[in-house]
Amino acid sequence: MSLLEVNSLSIQFGGLRAVDEFDLTIEKGELYGLIGPNGAGKTTVFNLLTGEYQPTEGIIKLDGQNITGMRTAEINKAGIARTFQNIRLFKQLSVLDNVKVGLHNQYHYSTATSILRLPKYYEVEKQMNGRAMELLHVFNLDENAETTLASNLPYGQQRKLEIARAMATNPKLLLLDEPAAGMNPNETQELMDTIKFIRKNFNMTVLLIEHDMKLVAGICEKLTVLNFGRTLAQGETKTVLQNPEVIKAYLGE
Amino acid sequence: MKKYLTTQDAASRNDFMTYGMVLAAFIIVQILSATGLLNSQMKGLLVPLCIYSIMAISLNLVVGILGELSIGHAGFMCVGAFAAAFFSKCTDGAMPDILRFIIAIIIGGIVAGIFGFLIGIPVLRLNGDYLAIVTLAFGEIIKNVINVLYIGRDANGFHISASSANNLGLDAATGEIIVNGPQGITGTPKDSTFLIAMIVLIICLVVVLNLIHSRDGRAIMAIRDNHIAAESVGIHLTKYKLTAFTISAVIAGFAGALYAHNLASLIATPARFGYNMSIMFLVFVVLGGIGSTRGAIIAAVILTLIPEVLRFLANYRMLIYSIVLIVIMLINWSQRSRAWMEQHKLGRFIYKKKSKAKEGGA
Repeated sequence: MSLLEVNSLSIQFGGLRAVDEFDLTIEKGELYGLIGPNGAGKTTVFNLLTGEYQPTEGIIKLDGQNITGMRTAEINKAGIARTFQNIRLFKQLSVLDNVKVGLHNQYHYSTATSILRLPKYYEVEKQMNGRAMELLHVFNLDENAETTLASNLPYGQQRKLEIARAMATNPKLLLLDEPAAGMNPNETQELMDTIKFIRKNFNMTVLLIEHDMKLVAGICEKLTVLNFGRTLAQGETKTVLQNPEVIKAYLGE
Repeated sequence: MKKYLTTQDAASRNDFMTYGMVLAAFIIVQILSATGLLNSQMKGLLVPLCIYSIMAISLNLVVGILGELSIGHAGFMCVGAFAAAFFSKCTDGAMPDILRFIIAIIIGGIVAGIFGFLIGIPVLRLNGDYLAIVTLAFGEIIKNVINVLYIGRDANGFHISASSANNLGLDAATGEIIVNGPQGITGTPKDSTFLIAMIVLIICLVVVLNLIHSRDGRAIMAIRDNHIAAESVGIHLTKYKLTAFTISAVIAGFAGALYAHNLASLIATPARFGYNMSIMFLVFVVLGGIGSTRGAIIAAVILTLIPEVLRFLANYRMLIYSIVLIVIMLINWSQRSRAWMEQHKLGRFIYKKKSKAKEGGA
């Protein structure tokens, strides 16, 4: 069974069909790329997958479970985590707390426990700190994580922190919306290594939107190309990138 | 590997300073009043100071921590005040005063909390200006409803009317009007003492500060910082918004109960529970540095004291009050003073020592 199955997903905004008859199948452990010119509907697909928008038509199945129409928080619990094109961190929280918010549904204690500071509070908080620091260590963000505010991190590290936070929710599928946007070649290379690393070590399935062709060609095994909300091409990365239609619409002749 | 414990260290250090400040204030006041240095005007201010500090803590939870603008918090205080006073009037003499008062405070909190919860359900779907307008309307509606509410009691039980005391149909011999419309509740026992008000203040402080540094508190602050991202990591927005709003209303209810038992007659006048009061609480929070509980308490104390201390200046005192407001605002938010405060943080010395010791140990 595929991890993610999307069948004829469509959404209509007034007269505009932003995503039209979109199909996608991702197997467990795959690194999948979603590319296309600006305004092709890539982020809209992410917003549909995460319940931000409700599809007009179509079915989304995650690991066999129908998640169509579920709310964002529920979809996250079901196993999809995402990052955002324009970084959305909890700016006034520390780097550590950002990840601990991501761990929210993995560790539990009641409101009364926290107000009365029962022993369970200290126990669970300690576990959360340990887990959060492990994750931050993977992304090289563990230094001063407890005292640095997320908004004070450099841009590249903010992007990484978003991925760390998404990973903290223990997802089955990770959606990365232009993770390399605004990064210099060195940072992009580092990011590619990190994505490869989390995929290998956490056995993560990744779907990413990206404009950086070097990154896409470098790490994605399969691609879907969107144009005007419609699927232009789909398949192995190499084949898709040689497709004349794709070259014409996206890469330029 | 012990490094990651320092967030909690820093947070609890900050909290302890807040508790320390409140306790120090309490001890100083006790010493002053024992040595007879407090005049009666100041003594009369002690309970209101605690009440306004509690309101500052309450509103800071909604405005500073949850990040939603509520300008109807006097409404929750009003609900708590009338619920508590009503209970006290009904049970006066039936049980020891102190026990009755404690139950009255709890009832004030619970009733205000129920209102907070019920109003929160529809209202928290809105945000920003819309939420502010709806909370403002709530505060005004509560005040006006209480002004036309008549409740009496006789041998047959309770009678409620919304038109006049005569319509209650009370039994002439055993009848007693408890809530008398625009005249409110009169003859509430004056139970509020500085000690009790201080205890309630500290309890509220513990609840809010412990909540902030917990799983729920982080979720609430995550919603404040970015609700879309918060939802994307599986946080249920409505649940945590309601939690914060309800706890805030409960605390406002406590303050209301203390308020009701500090006055001989409780009337829902605009001056007491109106829009101006809500704005004044908001000023405490904004001036204290949004999100800082300690700052909100300090602002509440300063801004309550100024008009009283400057009473001899007659009408000019409000002029001074507004100048002080502007000055604090300018100082509080200027880059330079912020950098200065960062450098001269209280307790920084202790922190440095500690961290050095740690480095030496590692």
